[in-house]
Amino acid sequence: MAESHIPTVIADELHIVYRVNGAKTGKGSATAALSRIVKRGEERGVRKVHAVKGVSFIAYRGEAIGLIGSNGSGKSTLLRAIAGLLPAERGKVFTDGQPSLLGVNAALMNDLTGERNVILGGLAMGMSREQIRERYQSIVDFSGINEKGDFITLPMRTYSSGMAARLRFSIAAAKDHDVLMIDEALATGDRSFQKRSEARIRELRKEAGTVFLVSHNNKSIRDTCDRVLWLERGELRMDGATDEVLKEYEKFTGK
Amino acid sequence: MSDRPSPDDGLSATELAAKYGLAVSGARPGLAEYVRHMWGRRHFILAFSQAKLTAQYSQAKLGQLWQVATPLLNALVYFLIFGLILNADRGMSREVYIPFLVTGVFVFTFTQSSVMAGVRAIAGNLGLVRALHFPRASLPISFALQQLQQLLFSMIVLFVVAVGFGSYPRLSWLLILPVLVLQFLFNTGLALIMARMGSKTPDLAQLMPFVMRTWMYASGVMFSIPVMLADHPKWIADILQWNPAAIYMDLMRFALIDGYGSENLPPHVWAVAGGWAALVALGGFVYFWKAEERYGRG
Repeated sequence: MAESHIPTVIADELHIVYRVNGAKTGKGSATAALSRIVKRGEERGVRKVHAVKGVSFIAYRGEAIGLIGSNGSGKSTLLRAIAGLLPAERGKVFTDGQPSLLGVNAALMNDLTGERNVILGGLAMGMSREQIRERYQSIVDFSGINEKGDFITLPMRTYSSGMAARLRFSIAAAKDHDVLMIDEALATGDRSFQKRSEARIRELRKEAGTVFLVSHNNKSIRDTCDRVLWLERGELRMDGATDEVLKEYEKFTGK
Repeated sequence: MSDRPSPDDGLSATELAAKYGLAVSGARPGLAEYVRHMWGRRHFILAFSQAKLTAQYSQAKLGQLWQVATPLLNALVYFLIFGLILNADRGMSREVYIPFLVTGVFVFTFTQSSVMAGVRAIAGNLGLVRALHFPRASLPISFALQQLQQLLFSMIVLFVVAVGFGSYPRLSWLLILPVLVLQFLFNTGLALIMARMGSKTPDLAQLMPFVMRTWMYASGVMFSIPVMLADHPKWIADILQWNPAAIYMDLMRFALIDGYGSENLPPHVWAVAGGWAALVALGGFVYFWKAEERYGRG
């Protein structure tokens, strides 16, 4: 544990606030909207959602950290803020290198073939064309898309939801990361694919400095993580060893 | 676990970050570094624009044929209304007017669709912005590039129309290239500006079609500005002729059409075309970059 004293992610009193346009309905919403556009500055008629409230922690190299909490407790938001994808309202996140969120869903297009999506997804994650060419075959093999015929040359909209999820995970997991964040990715695919992806995540963990895992599956948290952050209503409720926190969490959720 | 004894105890978060060389996540890079990042993502920008272009017609039975058929039908509709019904071809022979009209429609559509795609570039791709890390300017630039590729398809139709009405390929057709480059730069700058504004105020997507239509009618897409405004004060025609959309349209017509000589162009037309392109492209890029760290907030 000597090397684990090198911090890779520091969150310092982090606050994240979402702004939602037009969520305040009812009378006068049109005028409110108009005055919102005309008057810059303090926005009226915009609902603010305070998703993360003053979370502080330090993650060290070699740690695998689980994030738990009920739905809407701010776990995914926190991950996005660590990745620098959501701007902080107050407080700061410091990171070593560029943390990456495991996921390429949004970059893929259903009307394109699986083949072109592999290339597009790889490029979107910042891989070079050579890297993608090298790994192309292993991505396709890993996804198992071609086990039942030549599906990779068909548009993605023709895939079953399970097949599409497998391809997405395979593309996302093809890249090596310094700080890796996984958002419930383990739950995709059939049993044999889940085993394969768990193995791949262990591999990624070895290569990555620090791994964050968001999951509602306490078993996969127990299997992969040695430290757990428990978020509730955007606040950090507990931070400690996996067994300790999970015991309290299970008591809280009444399991 | 955070209470493990360590020599770092007592350091504030900022000091600790400085000690181990950690950087603020999601901070905006300097302009030069930003350009370097963009260059690193050039393959993504190109691939994304091509993917969007292909995906557009992938469900249609005729498939990619629509890339050419759509602009052709567009030109046909305008010809029907302005050429046959409204007789807007005042002061021009039919051989000049039809390529004049088609060029105008295609060149203006290029700017128009770049602006419309720009407005939605960030606001319509929040999922992508919130999931992956890349310089955000990649999106509007990629959309502008998609429109450029779309225009290249339209150019095929345009060449056929030009030849069909007696303007045969000649040396001046080479001028099409610099015009395209300048207009693309101008459009990209405009898309960047609209992307930033559209990310803050998505309502622009509803408003812009009207703005663009006004701009289209004011730019002489289907009529010659000097002829149409002959009995109005000259400065009105001057202003309309110097607006970037009219400049790029007129240059393209001058390059392409046999009977459309330099007497139809305002003075210093190339300098104005270059000036607009440089001003809007650079200004748009800097304006977009200034808000880089704020894209992705709801």
